Amino acid sequence: MDPILETKDLCCTYSIGTPFEHVALDHVNFQAYPGEYLGIIGHTGSGKSTLIQHLNGLLKPTGGQVLLHGKDIWADSKTTRQTRFKVGLVFQYPEYQLFEETVYKDIAFGPKNMKLDQDEIDRRVHQAAYFVGLTDDMLDKSPFELSGGQKRRVAIAGVIAMEPEVLILDEPTAGLDPQGREAILGNIQAFHDARNATIIVVSHSMEDMARLADRIVVINDGKIPLEGTPRQVFAQGDQLRDMGLNTPQLTQVFHRLREMGLPVDDSVYTMEEAKAALLALYRKGGQVC
Amino acid sequence: MLKDITLGQYFPGDSLVHRLDPRTKLICVVLYIVALFTAKGFLAYGLVFLLLATAVKVSGVGAKALLRGMRPVLFILIFTGILNLFYTTTGTVLVKVGFLQITTGGLANAFFMVVRIMMLISGTFLMTYTTSPISLTDGLEMLLNPLKKLKVPVHDLAMMMSIALRFIPTLIEETDKIMSAQKARGADFESGSVIDKAKAMVPLMVPLFVSAFRRADELATAMECRCYHGGEGRTRLHQLHYTRNDWLVMGLFGVLVAAMFVLRRFSSF
Repeated sequence: MDPILETKDLCCTYSIGTPFEHVALDHVNFQAYPGEYLGIIGHTGSGKSTLIQHLNGLLKPTGGQVLLHGKDIWADSKTTRQTRFKVGLVFQYPEYQLFEETVYKDIAFGPKNMKLDQDEIDRRVHQAAYFVGLTDDMLDKSPFELSGGQKRRVAIAGVIAMEPEVLILDEPTAGLDPQGREAILGNIQAFHDARNATIIVVSHSMEDMARLADRIVVINDGKIPLEGTPRQVFAQGDQLRDMGLNTPQLTQVFHRLREMGLPVDDSVYTMEEAKAALLALYRKGGQVC
Repeated sequence: MLKDITLGQYFPGDSLVHRLDPRTKLICVVLYIVALFTAKGFLAYGLVFLLLATAVKVSGVGAKALLRGMRPVLFILIFTGILNLFYTTTGTVLVKVGFLQITTGGLANAFFMVVRIMMLISGTFLMTYTTSPISLTDGLEMLLNPLKKLKVPVHDLAMMMSIALRFIPTLIEETDKIMSAQKARGADFESGSVIDKAKAMVPLMVPLFVSAFRRADELATAMECRCYHGGEGRTRLHQLHYTRNDWLVMGLFGVLVAAMFVLRRFSSF
């Protein structure tokens, strides 16, 4: 299958020619395939945010290419602008970008910039509001009256309303309580399922990634040292720890069990697998404890 | 675009200029400006320039950084130069086209005016480049202390100034971030008429103001939590002391001003 969005030898250097010169991305070859739920993990300053800002043409590469459907997004200025609508990007703490008088107008900002007609804008605003679980009476409120979690949902709806083929979210659950986190992740999942859109999520939560992502890309020092299914990635616990990351807690438990000499698979990362593995072990020897 | 703003930028360093007391630097800048506006003739300007060049050399800031700071006032420089060139009618006429004429006096005036502004900016920039905003406001507060007797809220003003300076980079960063976020939703800040551009600023300004107020509120709370209640009875971690170097440098600038007055009076060169 051809990737929907990919980078070829993407390089990014900040402040070229000054003492502050800094290589943020170093020949990165990244692919996202149609309809997949992709997780990006990496510690702070690894180049994750720089990478995702290249994917929708907000940053211009200092070297290499970004391809959407196999076409260079920097080919001409029209393509670049269109890319912003096709690849929706939700920044970290997106609630700080709200500015309109009503929630409705704020969600309509993106579709309006796409020069859609009024009916289509209306349909998209309601649909986006539905995806993020906003009720109709909230649409007439000022975004500044809402709670933090609701504001964030409005901001995400603002990007979803552009109906992007690829939706990128930079730490969408940062700073939310457990209930808010679940709600947002559920909203994203709903959008993913309904539209078969490609989702790219940057996250620090290995548990969330283990549970949700089809594939995980690890970024470290502006390179991609590791990528694959959650099982493949989390099997490299030592390498992840060297990069300042970690495996999900369940995997850590199984890793420890293995170190203690029990014959278990230490790439276990979901609750179901863990249960099955432990039960199998129990039946086999009965000497678990 | 926003990264070009050099206002209040500080280049850390450990040169003689960096180590001077901020009060010394403030006083010297005032003396330097007086000297610059008293200066008349090549010799006088040469002397002031020599002092500036020495200070720049010693500071290790580099002429390039100073010239870069000149970019925003380039228009004013050119404008002043042209005005002086055509509107001075002293001296002999060199070129005459229609009602426009260039005289030797005009040429000299334009040259000195442009050099004066450039040196004025370089001198003040050298101070902000070599003094951290915090010590600069500390110095200013100490210098203005006598005004407290006249009920001028010197401490509050100094604190406001240091907070304002502290938040310039933060706000620039915030602007960049919000701009990117709105661009991701298809906002267009570059094209269109002046009115379109002004309208395009709304999605940028509203969130920026909201976050500035939020930050101000949080900062006020954080300061109160640490028992800030104005300048009364407040002691300092870093006390300012004049050293021998400070007196020497101040003396040097004093001599410079005196020399300017003498030259203005007696030298025609």
